Amino acid sequence: MVTSGSNITPSIRKPLSFDDMRDLARKIRRDIITMIGIAGSGHPGGSLSAVEILVALYFRIMKYDPANPRWEDRDRFILSKGHAAPVLYATLCAAGYLPEEELCTLRKIDSRLQGHPECTRTPGVEMSAGALGQGLSFGVGVALNGRLDARDYYTYVLLGDGECDEGQVWEAAMAGAHWKLDHLIAIVDKNGLQIDGWTKDVMNIDPLDEKFRSFNWHVLQAQGNDIEDMVNALENARRMQGKPTVIIAHTVKGKGVSFMENNPDFHGKAPSAEELKKALKELE
Amino acid sequence: MVQEISTRDAYGLKLVELGRKNPRIVVLDADLSKSTMTHHFAREFPERFFDCGIAEANMVSIAAGLASSGKIPFASTFAVFLPGRCFDQVRMSIAQPGLNVKLVTTHSGISVGEDGISHQAIEDLSLACALPGFNVVVPADGVETASAIEVAAETEGPFYVRLGRPKVPVIFPPDYRFKLGRAVTMRQGGDATIIAIGILVKAAMDAADELQKQRIHCTVLNMSTLTPVDEEAIVSAADKTGAIVTAEEHLLHGGLGSIVAQVVARHRPVPMEFVALHEYAMSGKPDELLKRYGLTAADIQSAVLKVLERKSKLKQGS
Repeated sequence: MVTSGSNITPSIRKPLSFDDMRDLARKIRRDIITMIGIAGSGHPGGSLSAVEILVALYFRIMKYDPANPRWEDRDRFILSKGHAAPVLYATLCAAGYLPEEELCTLRKIDSRLQGHPECTRTPGVEMSAGALGQGLSFGVGVALNGRLDARDYYTYVLLGDGECDEGQVWEAAMAGAHWKLDHLIAIVDKNGLQIDGWTKDVMNIDPLDEKFRSFNWHVLQAQGNDIEDMVNALENARRMQGKPTVIIAHTVKGKGVSFMENNPDFHGKAPSAEELKKALKELE
Repeated sequence: MVQEISTRDAYGLKLVELGRKNPRIVVLDADLSKSTMTHHFAREFPERFFDCGIAEANMVSIAAGLASSGKIPFASTFAVFLPGRCFDQVRMSIAQPGLNVKLVTTHSGISVGEDGISHQAIEDLSLACALPGFNVVVPADGVETASAIEVAAETEGPFYVRLGRPKVPVIFPPDYRFKLGRAVTMRQGGDATIIAIGILVKAAMDAADELQKQRIHCTVLNMSTLTPVDEEAIVSAADKTGAIVTAEEHLLHGGLGSIVAQVVARHRPVPMEFVALHEYAMSGKPDELLKRYGLTAADIQSAVLKVLERKSKLKQGS
C-alpha cells in the first residue's frame, strides 16, 4: 500500500481480480470463525453474511489509506450493525490497518478489538456501534460534512435487515433524501434472520425496496454474497445524482459454513472446538 | 431597574457571534429553532444549519457524524427531549467516543410553566451527569450563558448545557468570564453555605441577603459546572462554614444535591439540607410553581435555618 501526502490520492493497490477477491472472502470467513472460536463468544451469522459486501468495498470501490486512517478525503465505511465486528476487523486486517496476529485478541481484555466496534480504539473504525439503528444517521452527518467542505468522498453504511425495525433508521432515511445526499450509500445485509427468528415472522419489514423508494431513495437490489454483483451495484450507486442510494443485498446468514447457514442459533454463538474444525475444513 | 434576558436568548445571539468567527461551527435543531433561538444562526448561516424535523434521536446521531468529521456541532431542543428521548444515542454516539458535540437544551425545569409536566424537564441533569466525560453546565443568567457557550465551543469534548425559558435577572457584570469546573462565590459568610445552580442562584443570593438582616452570614456558591464539579470549593465551604444547603430546579436524585453530597461525604462530612424537587409538578405560572414546589428564596432561608440547627446540635454534642 502506498501512503499519501495530504493532498495526494493514495494509489490503491492494484485492484484484485474477482477470483482473488473470492479467495480473499474465503480467507476472511476463516478469520471470522477462528477469531470468534478463540474468543469463545461473538456473532458469526451476521459477520459471514456480509463478507462479500466488505470485500467489494475495500478491495474494489473505496479509497483509503491505512497509514493515515483519518485522511480527510477517504471514503468512509460505517458498520451500523456493530455485532458484525469480526467481519470488519478481518477486512481491516486484510486492508492493512491491523496486523494479522492481533485478530486472535478479539474480545480479550486490553485488546483493540472490542466485542462491538469502538472508533477510539481501532484504526479504521469510523463509528462506535453496538446499539442498533444509529449508523445511518451518523452517516448522514458524515455525508453532510463532505458536502459542506466540498470533498468528494462517499459514505457507505452497512445496516442489518433486522436493524431496520428501529425507527431511527427511517428518520435517517427521511433526512438523507431531504438533503439529497447522493454521496451517501446504504447497504442492507438482508439475510432474513434476526435473533428471535425470520424477520418476516418477528417483525416483517418487507417490502423493503418499496419503503426506501417511498422515502425517495434510489433503490438497487444485489446478490450480496456474489462479489461481481456487489461491485456492479456499488458502481451503479456511485453514479446516482441527486438522491441517496440503498443497495438491498440479498445474503445468507452464516454463509459459507453449512451448519451456520440460515441458522438463527449462530446469530450470537461461538462455534465449539469441534464445530470450528468442521467449519474451517468447509472453508479451505 | 434590573436588566432581564432569558438564557436561551443569550445562547441564540452568542451562536451567531461564534458562527462568524468559526466556520467549523454548525447548528442542528429539531423543529424548535424559534423557541431555542437557534433561528438567529439559521438566518445568517443557512448552509450550516440543519433542521432535522421532529426527530431528536436522528439529530443527535447526525451531530455525532459531523463532529467525527471535524465540525463543532451545537444541537438544540427542549430539555425534556434531550437527553431523555435520545439517551442511547447520546451515550453510544457521543459520550463513549467522547465526541466534540455540544448539546444545548432550553425550557428546562418547572419554570417552563403552563405546558405541564410532559414539558417540565426535571430529570435531565441526572441523565447528563451519569455520562462519563460529559461536561455539564447550568448557567445562572444570560451573561454566564454567553460566556459558557463560548467556552464550550473552544473546549474539545462533549457538553450538556441546560438553559431556561423565562427572562431572568442579570446577576453578572458584562465582563464576567465563565471558567469550566470552577464555582463562583456570589456572597461570603461564615455560618452556612448555599450552593445553587440556574435560576436558584439569584434566589440563594436573595436568601443570603435576608438572612444577613438576622445576623446569619452565608456563603453563596454558583456551581454552574456540575461535572466536573469543583470539589475544592465544596470542601473549602464545608470547612469554613460547617453547614451546606443545595438549591436546584431539578429532582433531588442525581442532580446538584447528590453530587455535592458525594463530595461532602467523602471529604468533609457536615450537615446538609436540600432544596430540590421530589415529584412531578403541574401546569401553572412559573412563579406559582416555584412557590408551590418549594424553590423560592424563602424556602432556601428555611433550609439554612434547619441546617444551622443541626450544626449547633452537633457542636453541643461534641
